[in-house]
Formats: sequence, structure tokens, C-alpha cells
Amino acid sequence: MAQAAVAKKKVEGTQDKLHVWPYLVRLEFLCAILTIVALTVWSIVIDAPLEEAANPTKTPNPSKAPWYFLGLQDILVYFDPWFAGVVAPVLIIVGLMLIPYLDVNPKGNGYYTYHERKVAIWVYCFGFLVLWIALIIMGVFLRGPGWNLFMPWQYWDPHKVVALVNVDLPYAFGVRTYNGAMLFGGVVILGYFAVGTAIYFFMERKALKSVGFLRMFLKIELLLIMVGIVIKIVLRLGFNIKYVWVTPWFNI
Amino acid sequence: MANKSPQIPSIAELMDKIKSGKIFSDIAKEITESQVWTSTFRHGYADTPRNRVLQIASNVWLHLHPVKIQRHALRIKFTWCMGGITFLLFLSTVVTGVILMFYYRPVGEYAYYDMKYLQYDVPFGMLMRNMHRWAAHAMVITVWLHMFRVFLTGSYKPPREFNWVIGVLLVTFTLLLSFTGYLLPWDQLAMWAVTVGTNMARATPFLGNEGPFAEYVGATPRYDVRALLIGGSLVGPPALLRFYVLHCIFIPLVAGALMIVHFWRIRKDGGISGPL
Repeated sequence: MAQAAVAKKKVEGTQDKLHVWPYLVRLEFLCAILTIVALTVWSIVIDAPLEEAANPTKTPNPSKAPWYFLGLQDILVYFDPWFAGVVAPVLIIVGLMLIPYLDVNPKGNGYYTYHERKVAIWVYCFGFLVLWIALIIMGVFLRGPGWNLFMPWQYWDPHKVVALVNVDLPYAFGVRTYNGAMLFGGVVILGYFAVGTAIYFFMERKALKSVGFLRMFLKIELLLIMVGIVIKIVLRLGFNIKYVWVTPWFNI
Repeated sequence: MANKSPQIPSIAELMDKIKSGKIFSDIAKEITESQVWTSTFRHGYADTPRNRVLQIASNVWLHLHPVKIQRHALRIKFTWCMGGITFLLFLSTVVTGVILMFYYRPVGEYAYYDMKYLQYDVPFGMLMRNMHRWAAHAMVITVWLHMFRVFLTGSYKPPREFNWVIGVLLVTFTLLLSFTGYLLPWDQLAMWAVTVGTNMARATPFLGNEGPFAEYVGATPRYDVRALLIGGSLVGPPALLRFYVLHCIFIPLVAGALMIVHFWRIRKDGGISGPL
């Protein structure tokens, strides 16, 4: 009896369609009015900034990118520009595009759920809220001259000196020769990806047949890169490690 | 002789019509039955199911919508209204941007003074500039929130995978639109923010002069991907002109084309996502 009631409710729920005119159009209209009013009031109250004329001989300190790129500018502290400024943004865009093809969980399609797709929600929220939004907030409010960290109540001292005692990871482990360091760093980086991939494939070996090798491979590599960024940040802030892998062509 | 032309009412009859108010319905009838009116408005305004459908189906702007929609798709809690607001903010920047274009010249000597002129001499110039800038910034935020909502509802899942890809491109183009516009005021803020941003292109692997493996390609400061982007080795007048053209013509056209695909695909993929 109760089951029949639920089934009936379900059928009714899916059949329940409303006319777009007036129900949706009036909602959109209201939303549009509110947005335009908010935008107009905002524009009357706060003026867009206009500083002095552009002067290529006078570099401001700090020079900041537009606020929406400050997350990327902030990871320049931890990575060289080829990664922070070029490879990372490309990976973000490509990674986002790949989401529908990598996430094969059929549940949670078209409704809010945490329990049916915990990992996906965690990964996205971490990437978006921590690695993107939190770094932007930090870049906008806490980064001062010399890209040093300043608390909101601190004076932005352009002469603040922060001792750079960073060393490369191989050096911290006692590797003193150039080639030895290059070998050590390469083993660490490639080993990180190899071991991470191997563990993932071992843990998910049953899914390999249904999910497919390429899908799983791309998923774990993108995840390892994302986690790797966090590891590098921790290594720098906690252990003063500058590079993990130094080569004649690029440093990581 | 009988007069076959339409009866011209006598003064007394006319006065009666005016006094009784019938004159208004007569005029309304005359207008709504005229050829001009009937060719413009194809259906009445009475609240009938047929008219509700026709309101959407026979209107070029509204026919973006389906004529009927799932009840849950109306819930603000579900949609956050962010996609629609993003599109509205885009339209706001188009309108205010076109107005700004009447006063602004993307030339090194003039650009900054045109900004001053806009702010101090042009009627509502400051307001137009503020609305353009704040709408652009707001659009960046709303497009991120839209994407966040679409992720949280799992709306990228089949059959909507491709539309998510288009959406990611639209997010990217939103940021590029904002970034190219950032240079145009030609003040210190603009020049150095864009310098910081475009300096990254220098480090592009293979294609930037400071990037990994550049020496094998032969990239130099004056001949690499950054020089292509800003028309020289530093952010100067050529960069201003390039960013202006990208900002006002190229990116809006590409983004507009992608928006058409994005909106069309929502319909083709079965409307807004919902519990199956």
C-alpha cells in the first residue's frame, strides 16, 4: 500500500510540468530586475578604480594580476612560471573538461547529494574552494610588497626582509653532486607518480574492466598532480624546500 | 441614391458613444483588427493554455525556452539562477561596452585621457564605466558559482557531458574577456596587471623565450608566443590595440557562438537536469 503510494507519487512527480509562461518567465524577469538594480546601486556607490597613467618605467610593488588570477600568481611562490602560469591553467581547463568522461558514477545526476558521490564532491570542493578561492583571497588581501605575507593589521613594509634559506630536496637529503641531485629528484617525482598510479590501480583493480584503463589512468594522474601541488606547498612552507627536481631544462 | 461608403455617425451618435465610453472599445477594436496589428501580434493575451504556449513558441526571444518545464527546475534552491544571471550580466557589459566604445580610442596617446574624459565630462560616463566593470567582475563570480552548482547537482553526467565541455570553454572565455578588458583603462593598475599576466606566456614550454626547451625552437623575447600576444616585447601601444580588438570583437563573437551552442544543447539534452 505504502509502496503503491510512493510509486504513484513518483509518477506524478515526473509528469508534473508547468507552463514556462508565466511561471519561469516571471521568475527570470524578477531575477533580472533584482540583478540590474543591484548592479546599478553598486555602480552608483562604488567607482571603478583609475590610477595614474600607465608608466612602463615605474613598477608598482606588489604588481598583482587581476584578482581572479591571483590563485595562479600565488602558486608562483612554489613553482616556476612554466608550471604555475602555463601548464597549471591548461591542466585546470582540460581537467575540468574531462570531468564528465572520468566520473562514471551514474548516481547523483540532477540532484544534490553528498552520500552518493563523496569523493567527487570532496575533490571538486577542495580544488575550487581551497586551491582556487582561498588562494585568491590570500593573494588579494595578504600579499604585500615583494609578494610577502602580511596580516591585514600589518604595515606593508616594502623593505621587509625574509631570509631565503630554501634548499633543494636532494640537497636536504645530502646529495651534493649535480648529476646525483638530478637523478635523485627524477626518481622522487617519477616515483611519486608511478607509485601513486600503481596503488590506485591495485586498489581499484576490480573496476578496471568496467571503467577502462585510459579513464582510470587520466583520473589518477590529474589527482596526483593536484595533490602534488599541495605537497609542494607543504614542503616549501614547512621544510623550506625550493625544488624537488632540478634539470638543465626545467625545475619542479 | 443610397450611400455605400461606411456610415459616418452623426454628432449625436458620437456624443452618445463618448458619454457611454463605448468609443474606447471601438477604437481598440479598430486598432487590434488592423493589418499592422495582426501582422505584428499573432495571438491574444487571454490567459488560456493555448496562449501560454504561443507566448513562448511565437516569440523569437522567449523561444529559447521550452513551452513546459519540470516543476523542480523553477526552484531557486536548485538552480541558484546563476546561469541566467551570468547571461544577463554579459548582456549588460555588451550594452555598456558599446556606449563606452563611442568615447574610447585604443591608442597609447589617447586611451588614458579618454578614460578621464569619460569619467568627468561624458554624461553618465562614470556610471557606464562602473556598470561595465562591476558587471564584468560579477560575471566572473556568477559563472564560477554556476559551474559549482552544475557540479554539485551532477548535471554534467550523461547526456550533458558535451554541454559541460562548452561550459568550461565559456568560463575560460569569461576570464579572457575580463583580462583583455583589464588593460584598456591604460593606467598603472591595467598595465602592470597585464604585464604580470602576460609574463607567464614567456615561460610557455617550447614557445616562450624563457620556457623549458625554448632553445630548441629558437624563441626569443621578440619572437615568441608572448610577443604574438602583445605585439612586442613589453606591454605597449600594440598590446593595447590587440587587447582592444580581442576584447571588443574576437572573444565576444566566440563566446556568443559558444553561448548559442550552450543554450541550444540544454534543450537538446532534455532540458535542465533533474532527478531521473
